[in-house]
Amino acid sequence: MSAASQRPRPLPTPETQHFWDGLRRGELLLQRCGDTGRAYFPPRPFSPFTGTRDVQVFRASGRATLYSYVIHHRSAPGFTPPYAIAVVTLEEGPRLMTNIVDCPQTPEALLLDMELELAPTPLDEEITLPLFRPAGGGAP
Amino acid sequence: MIAPGSVAVVGAAETTELGIVPQLSEIGLAADAALNALADAGLKPADVDGLACVGNFRPQALAHYLGLTPRWVDGTGVGGCSFMLHVRHAAAAIMAGYCNTVLIAHGESGRSRVAGAPRPPEPGSLPGQFEAPFGPVGPPTLFPIPVLRWMKTFGVTEEEIAMVSVVQREWASRNPRALYRDPITVADVLNSRMIAYPFRILQCCVVTDGGGALVMTSADRARNFPQPPAYLLGSGESVEAQMISQMEDFTTSRAFRVAGPEAFRSAGVTHADVDHLMLYDAFAHLPLFGLEDLGFVPRGESARFVAERHTAPGGRLPVNTNGGGLSYTHTGMYGMFAIQESIRQVRGTAPAQVGKVEIAVCHGVGGMFAASGTLVLGRERPS
Repeated sequence: MSAASQRPRPLPTPETQHFWDGLRRGELLLQRCGDTGRAYFPPRPFSPFTGTRDVQVFRASGRATLYSYVIHHRSAPGFTPPYAIAVVTLEEGPRLMTNIVDCPQTPEALLLDMELELAPTPLDEEITLPLFRPAGGGAP
Repeated sequence: MIAPGSVAVVGAAETTELGIVPQLSEIGLAADAALNALADAGLKPADVDGLACVGNFRPQALAHYLGLTPRWVDGTGVGGCSFMLHVRHAAAAIMAGYCNTVLIAHGESGRSRVAGAPRPPEPGSLPGQFEAPFGPVGPPTLFPIPVLRWMKTFGVTEEEIAMVSVVQREWASRNPRALYRDPITVADVLNSRMIAYPFRILQCCVVTDGGGALVMTSADRARNFPQPPAYLLGSGESVEAQMISQMEDFTTSRAFRVAGPEAFRSAGVTHADVDHLMLYDAFAHLPLFGLEDLGFVPRGESARFVAERHTAPGGRLPVNTNGGGLSYTHTGMYGMFAIQESIRQVRGTAPAQVGKVEIAVCHGVGGMFAASGTLVLGRERPS
């Protein structure tokens, strides 16, 4: 992705800075509830399961499966249609919105439950986006 | 719990014009609808002592614009079903004695955008950080994201989902105020312009200008108005996640599953009692999720239920009889129009009247499965 990408740029907040710092190093950081041991997303300094502030940041595996998506056929700043807007299920449980790279943006190539891996993709010097690609590094 | 039928809708109207109305701003549309609803109830603005609204104008703006002095105000804004929540909250306020006569008003210049432009999410907000960078451009790119998962889970075909649009156009063809009235086929739906696979343009709502308003008061006063009352028998509300990516399960809406059963329980009615059903349809899968999550059909069977014409004209459960957001109108917050059709059906004055409607259920969604409100309305006050 070029530095000139017109994609909407996320603005980290104090509660999410660690997440974006991690991605800049190529790491996907999640948080875990100290009471239940369950991982959660998006970042916040307490558990959405119990309310405890006893939470830990940890590095996720980067493995995920494709939960669902749409393929957008109209233009959007920073994107060339058609492009898929996907939601993936991380191996640790949480889901996040992303794009699937290194893969044709077609229903034939984008199969639900297909295995994916993290593809950290710099947007600029500060922000690296957590995109995903088919596991094994290429199209099926 | 408020006893079923304790409050009633005694005034209901839409804007004088609906669809493409560039001559009015958003607040102007709300005021036009409000004056029409007050006239329907035989009231003047000075008779109103409670106000609820949502939109690009706040309650203080609309109150002053209309010349109201409310002693109860609700600006709950959870998206297009906010009006279902306003009705529910107004019922509580009337029963608490906070006010006697509530005006609930909606106006939105969704098509012409006169004083009402949408704004992208704040870059530091959670959607700004965790959804916007991945290319969604408004509801058509977000709301249908669960559809492929729902289809795979239950083995639903694109042809079956397409029937939602076909059936609702049949209803719209009976409604002179519907934006689109010409019949369409499953092939028309599937061959229409792709917007966000798997959804085509005919599976996305229309985009219009318009508004609507309601007047509510206690059941004890309700018979003193010119129109037959529509009694509020029960209601429910809930929220889930602002971001659709964080929705718990893409095959069922938690907000629907909280609001719907609460409405039935508080009304003391069962599904078999329901003569008429409105299911907010910004996109074609919403009536299907609604049928399932409100318990009208088992999960996974809604598309076939629609394809078998049970919700179509002549079917046993008429749904979205105004043509819905897909064909009738959709300003951006459609919930008010769903309620208007429920009121017309209960009064017996709908363009596509489905006979005598004793019990009507009206179910709304806000955001992308982010919020929900459900109303049960009745023609008679339970004794």
